Amino acid sequence: MLSDALLHLYRLMMRIRVFEEKVQELHKLGRLPGFVHVYLGEEAVAVGACSVLRRTDHITSTHRGHGHCIAKGADVAPMMAELFGKADGYCKGKGGSMHIIDTSLGILGANGIVGGGIPMAAGAGLADTVLGRDGVTVCFFGDGAANQGVLLEALNLSAIWKLPVVYLCESNHYMEFTPTADLTAGRIYRRAEPFGIPGVEVDGNDVLEVRRAAAEAVDRARRGEGPTLIEAVTYRFAGHSEGEEAFVSAYRTEEEVESWKARDPVTCFRERLLAELPDRASELDDIDDAEQASVEAAVRFAEAAPFPPPGQALEHVFAEAGA
Amino acid sequence: MKRSPAGTGENFGFSDAPSATATAAGGGSEAVMTYLEAISDALRTEMRRDPDVLVMGEDIAGSFGGAFKVTKGFEEEFGARRVINTPMCEQGFVGAANGMALMGLRPVVEMQFADFISTGFDAIVQYAAPNHYRWGAPVPWVIRAPSDGGIRSGPFHSQNPEAWFVHTPGLKVVAPSTPADAKGLLISAIRDDNPVIYFEAKPLYRSIRGEVPSGEHTTPIGKASIVREGTELTVVTYGSIVHQSLAAADRLAGEVSVEIVDLRTLKPLDTGTVLASVRKTGRAVVVHAANRLAGVGAEIAALLAEEAFEYLDAPVARLGGLDTPVPFSPPLEDAYRPDQAKITEAIRRTARF
Ligand SMILES: Cc1ncc(C[n+]2csc(CCOP(=O)(O)OP(=O)(O)O)c2C)c(N)n1
Ligand SMILES: [Mg+2]
Repeated sequence: MLSDALLHLYRLMMRIRVFEEKVQELHKLGRLPGFVHVYLGEEAVAVGACSVLRRTDHITSTHRGHGHCIAKGADVAPMMAELFGKADGYCKGKGGSMHIIDTSLGILGANGIVGGGIPMAAGAGLADTVLGRDGVTVCFFGDGAANQGVLLEALNLSAIWKLPVVYLCESNHYMEFTPTADLTAGRIYRRAEPFGIPGVEVDGNDVLEVRRAAAEAVDRARRGEGPTLIEAVTYRFAGHSEGEEAFVSAYRTEEEVESWKARDPVTCFRERLLAELPDRASELDDIDDAEQASVEAAVRFAEAAPFPPPGQALEHVFAEAGA
Repeated sequence: MKRSPAGTGENFGFSDAPSATATAAGGGSEAVMTYLEAISDALRTEMRRDPDVLVMGEDIAGSFGGAFKVTKGFEEEFGARRVINTPMCEQGFVGAANGMALMGLRPVVEMQFADFISTGFDAIVQYAAPNHYRWGAPVPWVIRAPSDGGIRSGPFHSQNPEAWFVHTPGLKVVAPSTPADAKGLLISAIRDDNPVIYFEAKPLYRSIRGEVPSGEHTTPIGKASIVREGTELTVVTYGSIVHQSLAAADRLAGEVSVEIVDLRTLKPLDTGTVLASVRKTGRAVVVHAANRLAGVGAEIAALLAEEAFEYLDAPVARLGGLDTPVPFSPPLEDAYRPDQAKITEAIRRTARF
């Protein structure tokens, strides 16, 4: 890979990292209403996968969607404004954290109904097929969501119709506060096998590994050979949702959390870049500074933005009738 | 019963903050509890009494005890066979509850949020609801559905979807507003041989407390209650809005004498109590948190038009959530929800008509 491209992967991971850390901070200060689920620790999955997509390709996202949206090109300023419930947010304040969407970037929406994005991804793939386009859709979903029956329906549809969809399971070992292993028979990636489609497991903390697996799956999809199921094994550093310490006692051991933090996808990749591209070390610092600054600017944008006027509550229930 | 304004809880009962000390009151027959504790108490009472009663849902076992902690400590007492942690698969576990109920068990299913009930919709409306009618086989489950908003949790964690189920023959639907009824209706729902959807109002979880009879206290399904007596106007309501209505009525004391009917059961509806009250007062305001169009309030208004027309001195006023999804942004959600001020206004308008 060209070193510029490597630096770009780093930049996006850092953008997610800084954004989410800021979200945590704001939430602690009581500045963000509602529920927020952050993506800390899983940055390599979204960035690795989206790095092989074109702007015209699509993704479906989840309740833990900030990372997916940033990796697919979303602007952190309207994202932040949406989290504040402001009129300049991606959804004009109507959705909040779990609802970020930007169809112009191929982001088909985060989804608070867990599993909701899975069949939509099949539909996006079917749409590209019907329309004769060579687009690909990446469907992000969690290991908890993998137990919604609709995953099997979507895999079957995608297999029989050879849809250009990559199902990407973020296997972070937990569904909320219960270990996935207690709730899940077998390995998720092996659910591909009976459908006759490839099922692969990758190290979800290694952005280049994710990128390699995603590239293979995306190429296959674009060639018209159908879907792939990838299980990216990773870990969330933060709680299931922000503020959970107030109501839940520890459900993960400190050793477990620390062992994953030792494999931090962002810092590990940074170290690797430093080792492989020593002459560009200062650029990494520049990236860190720039991302920090852009997130600070996003917060200022969000704070300055107005709340939507109450009358807006009644608007946009229907699309404007077609002319 | 003491009230604090509903819907203003900082974290709507997520926090494990000190629970209302359930101290036994006079004669050991009552205890003061929060709405949330009353729900737990009902479950515990029934699980101790009847080994066929069990609970299932996402993250409900262990020390966690569910997103709102209703079943905290249950696994310890009742064991993992009766406190079942399910994967996230609402269609699957509601369907499984159907099977268990057909086998004679009495599952109480916790939907983490009422909003997710749609993911298990088919198992409820196509299987559980008509089974007794078509097969003669009862399906005695309860689904606990934490509903309602005012807590800034956006379109998918704030809904009041009771109208879907009221419209489905074969289901019973209850929506308690007080700790005593939260307990009494849950016990009655568990003992009922039909599928019962039990809507519990999240904003009430820790914001209200009240006296709750200990032991096997039941509240009859299908029976409304007059929570405030008055002579000039009737407010018909249920759930968290009962408290907003009480506050509005208090504010109007001396101006309008308001009677408040807390429906408690949405199906079967206690038409007798509603009609008697409105025939007495001659004016009615119907209000609920769910959106207005084709909601429970529409049914009440139709009932009054059909059966109390000649007693009415004013058109029936109907208040509800806006006919929109529940918006996230605080000023939008405030615009969405009926509150004390809007209820006060509707009462005044109707009283002056
Ligand atoms: C249909 C539905 N059921 C339950 C929930 C509540 N819920 C929100 S997130 C979550 C766990 C999701 O686990 P997973 O898919 O592994 O994603 P992760 O949070 O680990 O990223 C649950 C049960 C929901 N939002 N939607
Ligand atoms: Mg998970």
